[in-house]
Amino acid sequence: MADATNQTAEPVDRHSWLRGNKKFPHMWCPGCGLGTLLNTVIRVFVAKGYDKNETVVISGIGCTGRIPVYVDCNTLHTAHGRALTFATGVKLAKPNLKVIVFMGDGDAVAIGGNHFIHAARRNIDITAVVVNNSTYGMTGGQHSPTTPLGMKAPTAVTGNIDPPFDICNLAVAAGATFVARSTIFHYQQTFRLLSEALEHKGFSVLEVVSHCHTSFGRINKLGSHLDMLKQQRDHAVVFTPELDVEKARAEGKDLVIGLLKKDATRPEYCDQYEKLVIQPSQAKQNRGGV
Amino acid sequence: MVTTAAQKPILLSGNEAVALGALAAGVRFYAGYPITPSTEIAEVLAVELPKIGGKFIQMEDEIASMGAVIGASLAGSKSLTATSGPGFSLMQEHIGYAAMAEVPCVIVDVMRGGPSTGLPTKTSQADIMQAKYGSHGDYPSFALMPNSVLECYTLTIKAFNFSEKYRVPVILLSDEVIGHMRERVVLPDPATLEIINRKAPTEPREWYRHYPDKTTGIAPMASFGEGYRYHVTGLTHEEHGFDATSQEVAKLLEKFKNKEIRNTKELTMCESFCMEDAEICIFAAGSVARSARQAVRILREKGVKAGLLRPQLVWPFPKMPVEEVYDQVRFILVPEMNVGQLRKEVERLRTNMRVKVKGLNVLNSVMITAEQVVERVLQIDFRSGSESEGGTSNG
Repeated sequence: MADATNQTAEPVDRHSWLRGNKKFPHMWCPGCGLGTLLNTVIRVFVAKGYDKNETVVISGIGCTGRIPVYVDCNTLHTAHGRALTFATGVKLAKPNLKVIVFMGDGDAVAIGGNHFIHAARRNIDITAVVVNNSTYGMTGGQHSPTTPLGMKAPTAVTGNIDPPFDICNLAVAAGATFVARSTIFHYQQTFRLLSEALEHKGFSVLEVVSHCHTSFGRINKLGSHLDMLKQQRDHAVVFTPELDVEKARAEGKDLVIGLLKKDATRPEYCDQYEKLVIQPSQAKQNRGGV
Repeated sequence: MVTTAAQKPILLSGNEAVALGALAAGVRFYAGYPITPSTEIAEVLAVELPKIGGKFIQMEDEIASMGAVIGASLAGSKSLTATSGPGFSLMQEHIGYAAMAEVPCVIVDVMRGGPSTGLPTKTSQADIMQAKYGSHGDYPSFALMPNSVLECYTLTIKAFNFSEKYRVPVILLSDEVIGHMRERVVLPDPATLEIINRKAPTEPREWYRHYPDKTTGIAPMASFGEGYRYHVTGLTHEEHGFDATSQEVAKLLEKFKNKEIRNTKELTMCESFCMEDAEICIFAAGSVARSARQAVRILREKGVKAGLLRPQLVWPFPKMPVEEVYDQVRFILVPEMNVGQLRKEVERLRTNMRVKVKGLNVLNSVMITAEQVVERVLQIDFRSGSESEGGTSNG
């Protein structure tokens, strides 16, 4: 397998992670951020030298939900919003498996909002990648829980009046121990942050800001996918503890990217279950306890 | 632990027996959400599962519980969840998923009064149709109804066996009375139990198809992490798990149907009591069948030739035994604690139009008594032919 520091592994390695014979071309629109993300994800898997047999890629429903179809490992395409519940079952039943969950913004924090905060609270060792394109792309661009105020959608024709969630703040507040944000434009940063998220023991959230130029972008006149990528570049500011978020926002830098939280001290759920539930129960039984 | 103890009589509640039956069947994963009157099942398994290296997790709701159960089953663990009506409604989304993705799992529904929050501490049999048609789409439904504490044990094992063999979600329809009732039981010797585990694939890994086109519906199943890399989806799929063409869609739904209608011999579990010479058939399931059995004894003492037909497996519905009864009896009485869910199924199979099908529908959340059944039988018997359909008694 490739060296962990080698980001430009041989293409043949990357292709071995794809179900190329059956599933390509993929179903995403030309220019969609998900193709770039899939590329980045596969590069990370190859760079990390993961075993395909011990990697589980799980997703919910929607455009992002199609990611597992293309990846040649154990893949699970679940019901809308429920990916993290299935992932919890898989991880707890077989903690040796590497579990990565892909969700869209509606998937993760609208219909799956409850599962999202509880997975974060448990700090179970799952990496959740939330692709945030501010819209329900597959159903035609309806407003989502991350659509900014005032933006238009077929279900918000005069402009959205629902205040949006900040997915990363939500994850931090709910107890996720690794929280980061990147964009499709910053694919090298996505590579680094995803690598770090996968290595982190505990619930890690990586929000990847993406663009949907075919519905959200078209309705709101945001231009082509290239224009929207440039917007990601122009609005982004890398997080540092010294960053004055309000000042940056006033300057039009309202997209804070980078590593936002990392806490390696909180115990992980499956470890805790082994240590604090299974071992005492078995010891008690061996002592002849009730 | 009770399951390994010598076969001594013990005092158990129905819910405890379900938990012990699941352990005997080899359950290794439980995910659930507390709900009356099912919670004892979770409480027993929370203690017992860690002792054998199994996993217990209390999830944030029943949707999540059922999701975790499916995930764990795909990872190779026999998995269980238990709930009651409101939670059962929430689980329907994933019961359909388990049927579509052919993931074995067992769901215990300890029925309580409904609809909605209903009567949390009172009994009912009103989830029979939800067990069959609760999720959207046409999917194979399997549901067992125990009528005693011992059957809570044996039918839980049966539920696991069916789920592993046919790769389906199987529902155990207990109710508040059965779940909380304590009985003296002698559990069967674990060595005598038939335990079915999912069939492991034998073909080379690259040839493995997770959903082979077998019309018998029984396919080997690999688990995540065993080296068989496959795709699982709730979408209608072909045999590798990828999106299906319209011919493949029909083939898949046909396969689902066949899970129910093939294997009739194994999938007809119906107990007869005093039916040999019966002129009147009482068709009852679950806790109500206990009163019905006593009613048969009382009626026999009075010289009325009554018999009991009791389905242990309500879904698939016991077609043959019911059809045979129509050639034998004068009328069929279906006592149940709902507005007539089983009666309509019995009527649907009517082959002899002279045989009336009558109901005794007790809706006051109190267990039907043998006396009520006897009274209803005698009432119909006196007025045979002249009474209007489906009498309702409020006890």
